[in-house]
Amino acid sequence: MRPVTSVAVAVDAKQTYVGEFASSEKELGGPKWLRTLRKAAIGRFETLGFPTQKHEDWKYTNLAALLRVPFKPAILARPDGVVAEKLDPFTFGVLKTSRVVFVNGRYSPRLSYLRSLPEGVRIASAAEILRSEPGILEKHVGKHAPFEADPFVALNTAFFQDGALVEIPKNTVVDEPIHLLFLSASKDLPIVSYPRNLFLLGANSQATVIETYAGWAPEVTFTNAVTEVVVGPGAKLEHYKVQRESERAFHFGTMTIDQDRDSTVTAHSMSFGGSLSRNSVSTKFGGEGGSLTLNGIFMPRDTQQHDNYTRIDHIARSCTSVELYRGILDGKSRGVFNGNIYVRKDAQKTVARQTNKNLLLSKEAFVDSTPGLEILADDVKCNHASTIGQLDDNAVFYLRSRGIDEEAARNILTYAFVADVVNQVKVAPIRIKLDQLILSRLPKGAGLGASL
Amino acid sequence: MLEIENLHVKVSGKEILKGIDLSVQPGQVHAIMGPNGSGKTTLAQVLAGRITYEVTQGKVRFEGKDLLIMRPEDRAREGVFMAFQYPVEIPGVSNAYFLKAALNAIRKYRGQEEIDAMDFMALVQEKAKLLALDETFMKRGLNEGFSGGEKKKNEVFQMAVLEPKLCILDETDSGLDIDALRLVANGINAMRGPTRAMLVVTHYQRLLDYVVPDVVHVLVDGKIVKSGDADLARNLEKHGYGWILEEAPRPAPARP
Repeated sequence: MRPVTSVAVAVDAKQTYVGEFASSEKELGGPKWLRTLRKAAIGRFETLGFPTQKHEDWKYTNLAALLRVPFKPAILARPDGVVAEKLDPFTFGVLKTSRVVFVNGRYSPRLSYLRSLPEGVRIASAAEILRSEPGILEKHVGKHAPFEADPFVALNTAFFQDGALVEIPKNTVVDEPIHLLFLSASKDLPIVSYPRNLFLLGANSQATVIETYAGWAPEVTFTNAVTEVVVGPGAKLEHYKVQRESERAFHFGTMTIDQDRDSTVTAHSMSFGGSLSRNSVSTKFGGEGGSLTLNGIFMPRDTQQHDNYTRIDHIARSCTSVELYRGILDGKSRGVFNGNIYVRKDAQKTVARQTNKNLLLSKEAFVDSTPGLEILADDVKCNHASTIGQLDDNAVFYLRSRGIDEEAARNILTYAFVADVVNQVKVAPIRIKLDQLILSRLPKGAGLGASL
Repeated sequence: MLEIENLHVKVSGKEILKGIDLSVQPGQVHAIMGPNGSGKTTLAQVLAGRITYEVTQGKVRFEGKDLLIMRPEDRAREGVFMAFQYPVEIPGVSNAYFLKAALNAIRKYRGQEEIDAMDFMALVQEKAKLLALDETFMKRGLNEGFSGGEKKKNEVFQMAVLEPKLCILDETDSGLDIDALRLVANGINAMRGPTRAMLVVTHYQRLLDYVVPDVVHVLVDGKIVKSGDADLARNLEKHGYGWILEEAPRPAPARP
């Protein structure tokens, strides 16, 4: 009787997390507002509990494997032994970036460096800001990523100790990307970490931010990250999230983006790692003329599961959102795409396009795609499309008939399936890295040579 | 070069080719003509190695080797090329990438080194001129959004770059306007030579006005019912297939 078991596991796990909060509350500390917020969050978590598959948003996601592991807070981890050389695989070749590294959710000054930045730009550890100038966090933390309906956001809010604050003053352009690298390392015991990030882009500012979440096989880790993003009027954000955790890890990431008028956001989410990985992106257009591009690639294999939940809320009029998610699933892997677009009554002249396409490379892979569009305004252009398919035999034969062997033909076509998303990555070293990551996951590492 | 002996082929359990005999020598151009459904495309596809076509009887030898046991990619590497009637569109793979991958796969099979990027560009430019293809074409996705005519030109262009020994052209003239037809025909004629053979599969005579065949075969109901010279094609154009059907031996009535 699986449902009974999973409910029992969920209840036990809930008690464990609640108990852990009680015993570490003092240590978590922070200013009064934060202690109050943490209490409210853990209270809410206790009410919500871990979701079971009876819950509509969790119907394809079985948490039993996550809840059976006795994860310990990062504070109990031994020195992580992470040295700079171990980070090389997670960087972007020749790309010059400021780099801020977090190990198990805690800022690591010795692995981090900032390049010269325009005046007023602040890239800092949230823990340090909490000590020196907590006001800015008080103003935003929890205001953009509500925990009322989301037990994972509630847990993060209760337990977080650190994360990145990225603040770009108005009219300031930061040319070089900012790379935030979150490493999960747990040699001896399974560790859970709760990074909490806040990006504030002032009016007419511009920045590129990369969030990499990475770990090392075969370590079992649990990352529960929340990133709150506030994009001011006319500001431009280019955001990349690269999820490369260990294939035995659990990754839950929530990002909320609040866009003011005439702002532009391009967000790419790329999922490769994790035994179970869930990306949740929730965006809001609060002012007219905003533009959002939401791209995603997910590539689970073996028994991995990659979930993608996106929600785009058109509150203000004359905003445009274009969403493009591609899944490539191999082995016995699972994938979920669940995209919701809401067009409110006053959001006239909205343009919203949503596409999710999935390629199944194996007969045992499975994907569930649920596009959703709820429109209350009457003068809008909206559409959505979703497909699930296999490689086209005619196309494979066409390539083979020109001398290309079968495996290479299949690899070329698999890569081609995501090429339109990859080609939207404007920063060349990131695009090249992404190419490598995709190709390395194809049979025999593809060996397709130069760019397609 | 190509020897086909008593070839029988089934598609989805139905016999389409019912005993084809054909011998093509180097330097020759053979035309295969026939009404719709006579098995022309099946013949072309089975030579290229489409697995959904089941060979139930017969032999095909290419330069003395058993063609039917070869994988499609090995047939291409040995020098067999089929220009598709309906080329596949593959967005995300550029024409340049695709063609270079194909050329290098063939070169590797023959023990040659990979082609140098500059040499490849020079080769491609030379062949593109032949078919009046513009430069942006190489960067576009493979056949992506191409018109029918562009797709057919691309097939002949690929053929010109890969320089096969045996060219099988499946309805390459269909869907072409007169200007495109001339270009495509020029491309094909430029490749005629004493060491290369061609099998031109077509419903209509019009391509054969430009690419004049040495031998014309008429395929009806899975069998070659008549062979002749280029005049045979002209007669078919004038009088249709009716008279051949009259003249051809009737298939034996099905047993009750």
